[in-house]
Amino acid sequence: MIEGAIDILATRYAYALMFVLMGIGMYMMIANENLVKKLIGVNLFQTAIFLFFVAVAYVEGGKAPIVPADSSPGELAMASPLPHVIVLTAIVVGIALTAVGLALIVRIYAEYGTLREDTLREVRADE
Amino acid sequence: MSRLAELLPALLVAAPILLATVPIVLGLRFERTGWSVAAVTTTALFAATAYLAAAVYETGRVVHVLGNWGEPQGIGIELVADEFSVLIALLVTLTAAGVLAYMRVGGPRGNTFYAGYLLLIGGLLGLSLTGDVFNMFVFLEIVGLATYAMIASGDGPESAVAALKYLILGTVGASMYLIGVGFLFMATGALNMQVLGEVIPAVVEEGGSDLTLLRAAFAFIFVGFALKVAQWPLHTWQPDAYQHAPDGVTPVIAALVSTVSAYALGRVMYNVFGPEFLTATPYLTEIVVTVGCVSVLAGSTLAVIQRDVKRMFAYSSVSQFGLVVAAYGLVTQTAFVGAVIHLIGHGVMKAGLFIAAGVIALGYGARTVNEYAGLAKNRPVAAASTGILLIALIGIPPSAGFIGKWYIAVGAVEAELWPVAAVIFLSTMLTLAYAARLLEKMYFTPPTPVESPHPPGRVAADGGEPEAGVETARDGGSLLEGDSIRRGSPDAVSFGMVAILVAIAVAAVLLGFAGGAFFEWLEPFTEEVFTE
Repeated sequence: MIEGAIDILATRYAYALMFVLMGIGMYMMIANENLVKKLIGVNLFQTAIFLFFVAVAYVEGGKAPIVPADSSPGELAMASPLPHVIVLTAIVVGIALTAVGLALIVRIYAEYGTLREDTLREVRADE
Repeated sequence: MSRLAELLPALLVAAPILLATVPIVLGLRFERTGWSVAAVTTTALFAATAYLAAAVYETGRVVHVLGNWGEPQGIGIELVADEFSVLIALLVTLTAAGVLAYMRVGGPRGNTFYAGYLLLIGGLLGLSLTGDVFNMFVFLEIVGLATYAMIASGDGPESAVAALKYLILGTVGASMYLIGVGFLFMATGALNMQVLGEVIPAVVEEGGSDLTLLRAAFAFIFVGFALKVAQWPLHTWQPDAYQHAPDGVTPVIAALVSTVSAYALGRVMYNVFGPEFLTATPYLTEIVVTVGCVSVLAGSTLAVIQRDVKRMFAYSSVSQFGLVVAAYGLVTQTAFVGAVIHLIGHGVMKAGLFIAAGVIALGYGARTVNEYAGLAKNRPVAAASTGILLIALIGIPPSAGFIGKWYIAVGAVEAELWPVAAVIFLSTMLTLAYAARLLEKMYFTPPTPVESPHPPGRVAADGGEPEAGVETARDGGSLLEGDSIRRGSPDAVSFGMVAILVAIAVAAVLLGFAGGAFFEWLEPFTEEVFTE
């Protein structure tokens, strides 16, 4: 059991790291009172997912998925290109989200004069 | 199958997204073109969807493979119009066009707002038509982004906070879904729904580590959608978002955004994973049914104790979507049809109720349950429509709310899950509890001459000119006769707003007779899903 776990950690450490990173992002999102840092937490969370996808695509001894014109395609060992494309798209989506989120934070700061969630709660409770 | 019908799925998604730029471009020269562009586009989209629905009725599934990547199947992204997705697309386009009748006078205004509106409609249509699990993630996020922007277009500072809360939680939901897609891809190597649906039964039979991956995929996807659909305890964004969004935006969001997410959950559960996987995995259906049932009870209980009407309707949405999710977990044909009917019925009813809330806030200055006192005497049409919609929401026949609940209850009995049938009965009682509070205030409590805490009238955003009628009503002080209370300004309510409200109330009743029609319409789809 323990040996199996160690074996998985030794060969699949990338996955474990990704999920640790995901946890850090999520913790930051929940526990941090600063709205900007919350958004950074969201970004970290998403980045962990992107890295997870890249790790999924890895093939032992594989090269970059560019097929030379003359070789026979069956013999080539290369990383799967599809997850890379997915990650590219997801990065674009993530940037759009960050932009909208930051715009909202700018507006909240302009209206309430604070970036901290606890202060924000007090200000809103007073109104 | 005609060539045009084959092109339509792609056009339905691309057209609104491309046309979203038009209001901004025209806005450089003309001041108020956004509404007209949106009205023309949504009406055309509705006509196109109706044509597509006719084509689906005649020939069955219509598939459009983007970029001509047809062979081998599963390489290109497919847009699929079948009985299920066309039904949702019809709801989206019809609601989008209908709510514009409210927005014409009720706002929000500004050309950029309508650009966002068209983006939202394009995203929703994409989400309903896509046949690819990763493409679904992209459309989930497009819908999310447009929704955050629309909620934040409210005047008050609260709307920005509500939008940010939704943004953070919504992103987590979509990201959870993306992780699930990653596991699905690891287990099967496919992203196309059709291909996945064919591969997964084999994986279930084979077992091993691939099956473990599939189960993890389902867990992540379900949690992600539970967040997007606002299931208890992940519903916390929804009341804030619905309450603080502008009155014209809430009907669209409440009727469509969570509805289409719930549709996507149904699509993934039944088309991708399939009933076989759902029933073969231990505790899966139990967990789905429990999440749904707890949401039904928690949502309706929280709705009963709300003071703000929009917030009350928002909690009511939590409970109604709970019914849909519980019905998905029953895995019977009847319950599935019930879930689809309830999705559409709930969309129609909530669009109507939130339009009613907007009309009453504009014309009567009432936003809390207590302020609704005496509404029936002063605004008989709005009160009667709200009353009909509330009765439909409770599920008194003939109404859209009744047939959905009926089919789900029959499905629960078929699956011999008596607790679910009991929860449906209980939810009806709880819905009655909060609906009766409003009905009692409107019809049986005399109006109290208190100054409304919510001053009527709108803030003219983005340089829009306030209507002349509003000004005269406020300055001239047109006193109403008898014991009518002068609150709000009835002139702020246009004919279009009342007309669309009455039309939706009538539709909610008429849908009550359409149960059999829905069942027949969905039969080709459900037969294929359940008899494999």
